[in-house]
Amino acid sequence: MLEWILALLVLIGAFFTLVGSVGLYKLPDFFMRLHGPTKATTLGVGAILLASALYFTFKTDHASLHEILITLFLFITAPVSAHLMAKAALHIKLKQVERTKNVTEAERF
Amino acid sequence: MLATVLPIAFALVSLALVLSLVRLVKGPDLPDRILALDTLYINAIALLILLGLHLGSALYFEAALLIAVMGFVGTVALSKYLLRGDIME
Repeated sequence: MLEWILALLVLIGAFFTLVGSVGLYKLPDFFMRLHGPTKATTLGVGAILLASALYFTFKTDHASLHEILITLFLFITAPVSAHLMAKAALHIKLKQVERTKNVTEAERF
Repeated sequence: MLATVLPIAFALVSLALVLSLVRLVKGPDLPDRILALDTLYINAIALLILLGLHLGSALYFEAALLIAVMGFVGTVALSKYLLRGDIME
């Protein structure tokens, strides 16, 4: 039973890590690309770390806290670095895709 | 079950690494490259944890934690450089 849960968690984690990188590769401009790695990849790595924590907890019979530390650290730092990168991109006035610019309805039609 | 799933997970995460590497080389502007580096280190953490699962060894968590800390500092430093033209003021 535990083996199945671990396998499922590892698969989900690897899949979402890949989804994040595909988003980074394919989306048209920087502000869209920011979404893939900061959300999907964080979830994927979180799932893999959870699988690892379960595995080592049941293997050694005492709680494995290293993974919790890494997970906490990643979950705290991912939004901070995303915020900083978005701020930097806004500061150097990076070009955006036309339809994502902040225009009113009247200007658009 | 885990033994059959792990090679698939290795392949998926390695593909993710290659995709972010392509974005790092191609990425039209500097923030794209910073973001690609950020993704690259998070993918490296995932790969290290998978290796730890594969070998059944708890030795790799320290390395993963170090990569997480250093990667975050690198991302912040590069973004700060773009924001201010200087890292420490």
